[in-house]
Formats: sequence, structure tokens, C-alpha cells
Amino acid sequence: MKIHEYQAKDVFAKYGIPVPPGKVAFSADEVESVAQELGGKVVVKAQVQVGGRGKAGGIKLADSPEDARAKGEQILGMDIKGLPVEKVLVTKAIDIRDEYYVGITLDRDARMLVLIVSAAGGVDIEEVARETPEKIAKVHIDPLVGLQEYQITRAIFGSGVDITKARDIRAIIRKLYECYIAIDGSLAEINPLVVTTDGEVIALDAKINIDDNALFRQPELEKLMEVGADMDAIEAEARHKGIAYVHLSDGNVGVMGNGAGLVMTTMDVVSRAGGKPNNFLDIGGAATPKVVEDAFHLILLDPNVNGIFLNVFGGIVRCDVVAEGMIKAYEKLPRKVPVVLRMTGTNEDIARKMLEGTPLVYESSTETGAAKIVEMLGGQS
Amino acid sequence: MAILADKNSRVLVQGITGGEGSFHTPRMIEYGTNVVAGVTPGKGGSTWQPEGVANPVPVFDTVEDAVEETGADASVIFVPKRFAPDAVMEAADSGIEVIVAISDGIPINDMVKVYSFMQHTMTTLIGPNCPGLVSVDECKLGIMPNHIFKPGPVGVISRSGTLTYEVVNQLSEGGLGQTTCIGVGGDPIIGTSFLELLMEFEQDSATECVVIVGEIGGSDEEDAAEFIPEMSKPVVAFISGRTAPPGKRMGHAGAIVSGGKGTAESKIKAFEAANTPVADTVPDIVRLCKESLGK
Repeated sequence: MKIHEYQAKDVFAKYGIPVPPGKVAFSADEVESVAQELGGKVVVKAQVQVGGRGKAGGIKLADSPEDARAKGEQILGMDIKGLPVEKVLVTKAIDIRDEYYVGITLDRDARMLVLIVSAAGGVDIEEVARETPEKIAKVHIDPLVGLQEYQITRAIFGSGVDITKARDIRAIIRKLYECYIAIDGSLAEINPLVVTTDGEVIALDAKINIDDNALFRQPELEKLMEVGADMDAIEAEARHKGIAYVHLSDGNVGVMGNGAGLVMTTMDVVSRAGGKPNNFLDIGGAATPKVVEDAFHLILLDPNVNGIFLNVFGGIVRCDVVAEGMIKAYEKLPRKVPVVLRMTGTNEDIARKMLEGTPLVYESSTETGAAKIVEMLGGQS
Repeated sequence: MAILADKNSRVLVQGITGGEGSFHTPRMIEYGTNVVAGVTPGKGGSTWQPEGVANPVPVFDTVEDAVEETGADASVIFVPKRFAPDAVMEAADSGIEVIVAISDGIPINDMVKVYSFMQHTMTTLIGPNCPGLVSVDECKLGIMPNHIFKPGPVGVISRSGTLTYEVVNQLSEGGLGQTTCIGVGGDPIIGTSFLELLMEFEQDSATECVVIVGEIGGSDEEDAAEFIPEMSKPVVAFISGRTAPPGKRMGHAGAIVSGGKGTAESKIKAFEAANTPVADTVPDIVRLCKESLGK
């Protein structure tokens, strides 16, 4: 789960990490009054859960409350990478001397947490890692032992940051680790961590991702979840229905099946057959008529879909039960498109007979099924 | 012959009286698995015997008690995600040799801790969030469908569930039986990687060929590919998720291409560099296995 910058800054502040004073605003009026409160120059920042806000014009400096209001009007209602801007963070403008990077995340390959510190902050850290890896210091953290002081020392001295600020940076790193563990983070990132012209060290930006699997023990953070904040409308609808769905947008073939690996493979096979998969949809282990019906409806929400391929491996699922669900679900479809069904497992023969005389076409393998749906759509993609 | 578990394995089920445990344990027994004990804290001293199970299974409060009383050396964990990390560590600490954790939805930071803990033990952990393992005609630790397996020379390792069944089913139908089939799990942090299992299969005299069913995300496939040139037996690879867009998690928590890492291309390239054929489709896996075995 991602949270917004202003929420992440609240979390950081709770753990004692210094952040610039500021407040979230939902309208130009509010932007103006927050700017008034803060006094002086302010920065108005779009709150959307996507990177590259600055480049998209979603972050603007304002000289006065009136100017802040004007900037707020421009930013609120903007569309950044498909996501509408509904709120902005108004913060006191900071005079920056240096910009650094500090982050903690999971290093999957090392099977440990990793602390990353770099003197090259304020830019995409993955780009820094690719192009100038010597500007990045990384230390791996064994969570059984926790982050040790010598590791922080190693990271700070290896990163090229201003050593006269080491004490402040060390304190922030300690707090960031404490925060990461306490909130079940999968990412806690300060980019940039700035040294101001007055010599203060402040988290100018804040990014926190929380492990979805841990939300059951993070009730306060779970409340911040905005379903749909980082996904499109169909994906948000799927999330509400509890169905694993990923939208690929421009494809013509809706794809569904049971089990993530099988569905991914089905998408690959459809693609090889000359079709273009529109989505990933996993109906899971319980292929009940209700789930199948919901899945059909979700897929058809995208008007680009003009055919559906359903691939079920019926290990312990009975194929006749699935077939019955399919036939019922098809009758209720808002838009009748060609459907090819491939099933294997218990009672496969009964299922095949049941499908005869229905608009649902049966195929016995993933490959022939994919070829069939592509053929039925006129081979176009 | 098989790897990790066989007909002599004395199997313990943690969470035997829960929904998943009580559904799947009879199927494990039906497959021929020697289930010697169950653990459910608070139900120690009782026995568990659902319909169709011939002998009652003794239930213990702790894994330690179960090991002491029954000599259990393998464990299958069905307990809910909140208690699963603890259950894994309890089993490892009690001297269980092979643990299969079926439980899904375990917080990543818990698994990082468990992984670190496991490095200080002699125990092998398969999973979590996996379908388990089957040593064909010997034992089943997990939830795979019983009827798809046939005995033969192929070892199978996979990150998926139903896709594994699909591959095994087509191998069996194509006349290629298996030694041991293992679903390693779809999470970002899992107990045992492809590489470690390839090493096990290399040591197993009955296994003549190994199939790796990989998917996008992480670098376990690349790590495994590096070992293949040192092996005496052929490997056939398959990668799922070639059409998956970057930044989107494809069902499995671990199946995501992020920061340019974990792409299908990178994995295919790694296998090709190791002279390992990469199948384009599941039927292709069967064909390439046959070729590599000279059939």
C-alpha cells in the first residue's frame, strides 16, 4: 500500500524525523489560508501516488498567499499520469544547500533489508545506481540483529555526504529504521534529505510503502488506504470485489484463469497466437458462479475487449461445476462477445458436453484455445 | 529415489485441526504419506481422525512434544499467516529436517526474519505461499492434486501452483514421469531457491532431467542458471510472464518487474547463456525434456 507524501511526513514527524512545516489542502481557498499561516514563500505540491510530479508541473513555488492560491488552482484538478490531483501539500519553502538520498527497503536478492545513502539526492535513485554506482552506499541489515551503529557509519562515510552533518544524518537514519520496522514498511525513503543554507537537515520529501500482507496489524495506517489512488477505475473495482486483476489497457482479448502463473502463461500464449491480452485476472481456487460472473463483468468494462479466453486447470475443482457457472454467467453478460473456454481436470467430458450448443467454445489445450479466440476475433490485434 | 522427503519421512501437520489442515491431511494420507502427528496448541493429548482416515493421528500442543513422541522429521504448516512465522521457527528449533509452509499472506518483514533464523539451523524450508512437494509414489507434503503424478526421471521445480500442475500433468500424459515436484512459493522471500534445489537434484541418482518453471520477478532463475554448466544432467526452463507490464504485480507478490529487474528477457538470456533450452509453451517443455533424455 502506498500513502501520500503529506501522510508519510506525518508518520516521519511522529518518529522524530524533521520535516518542513506544512498542511494538506483540498481547495484553492485552503491553499491560500495555509500559505498565510506559514508565511513567506511556500511550495504547492500535488498529492498523487505516482513518481515524476515535478516534471509534470505538479510542484510549484509561490511568493505570496495570493500566488499560492493561483498555483493551487493550476495544480488541483490536473491529471498526472492518469491520476487526478484532488489535494495538494502546502509547505514552507526551504533554501537548499545540498540534496541527499536516504532510504530503507527490501533487497529481495540478498533476502535482507538494505539501507541506501547517497550524496546524489533529489533525482531518481535507480538512475544514480545505474550510472554512478560509486555515489551510493548500501549496507544490508539482518533484522534479527537490527541496524548497527557501525553500519550507519559505513553508509554515511561511503556516500559522499557532508561529514560535518554526520551526527544529524545518523539520528535521522536511526529513526527511519525504527519507523520502517514499526509500520511494516516495504519502502521508507527520503529523497531529498536536504541540508539547508542554515545548516539544518530536513526531510524535504517522504515516501512510504506499507506491506499489504501486514495491514492486519496496522489498523491506523490501513485507514489511510485510498482504493484506486494508484490504479485505474477497473482495477479499483476489482480491488473492491476482491479479485486479482491487472489492466493492460490496449489489448483486445480478455484473459482469465485459476492461479497467477497459469494466467500469466495464458497471456503469453495469447500474445504468441497474434492476439493482445487486455488484462490479467486470477479467479483463484474457488471458481464459483458468482466469482466467474464478477470476473466476466470486470473484463468487459473495457470496451477494447471483444473476446474472452478462460483457462482453468481443474486439479480438485470439478469442471462440470465450472461449466455450469460459465453458462449462467454468460447469459447475464451485458455485452455478448466470443468466449473460448479451456478446462482440464475432473469431469472434463461432462463439462464439454454441457457446453455443446452454447455460445461458449470448448478447446482442449491452452495453445488451441488461444489460437481459437484470436481466429474468432478475425486475427486482428 | 527422491529429494527432501520420501516414503520413510515421518510427517507432522501443524494446524491439522484447522480448515486447510483438515481438508488436505486426508489427501496426503491417501497419497501414502506417513502422517505421524498433528500439532494444535490446546488440543494436545487428543487424536484426530476424520472420515476415511484409517488410523487416528495423535495431536500435540508443541512440535517439540510431537518430535519426542513420534520421531517426526518433516512438517507441513497450514496455520494462518499471523502464526505461520512462529510455527516455522518452532519446527526448525525442534529439529524438523524439512518444513513445507503452505500458509500465504505472511508479512515480508516477518519472512526476512524467519529466513535469517533458518540460516542458523540445519532445516530446509519450502515456501511459504506454495503448493508443497510430492515425491512421486512416496509422499506428499502439501496440496497438489494426487492424480497428476507418474513415477519417472524428471525433477520439477516451480514458483507457481496451477501452472505446476499443468506442467506435471502434461509431462505425465507425455510419458515422462517425475521423481520429486516442488512448488517453491510465489512470495518475494522464500525459504529455498531454485539454485539449492538444482543442487539437490544433481545429487539424486533417480533424477535424469530437471524442469524449472520460473516467472518474472527477482533473480532466482538467473542464480540457478549459473550453476547449470556444472551439472551432469540436462535442465529445461520455462518463464511465465513475458507479456507482463513493468511495475505491475501479477498475482504472486513476487511476480513483479521493478526498477528494470526481474524481466523475462533477463531470465531467458541467463538460461541461453548456460546452454539451457527455454520452452515457449508447456507442450514445448515436454518435447524439450524428451529431446534432452534422448527419447
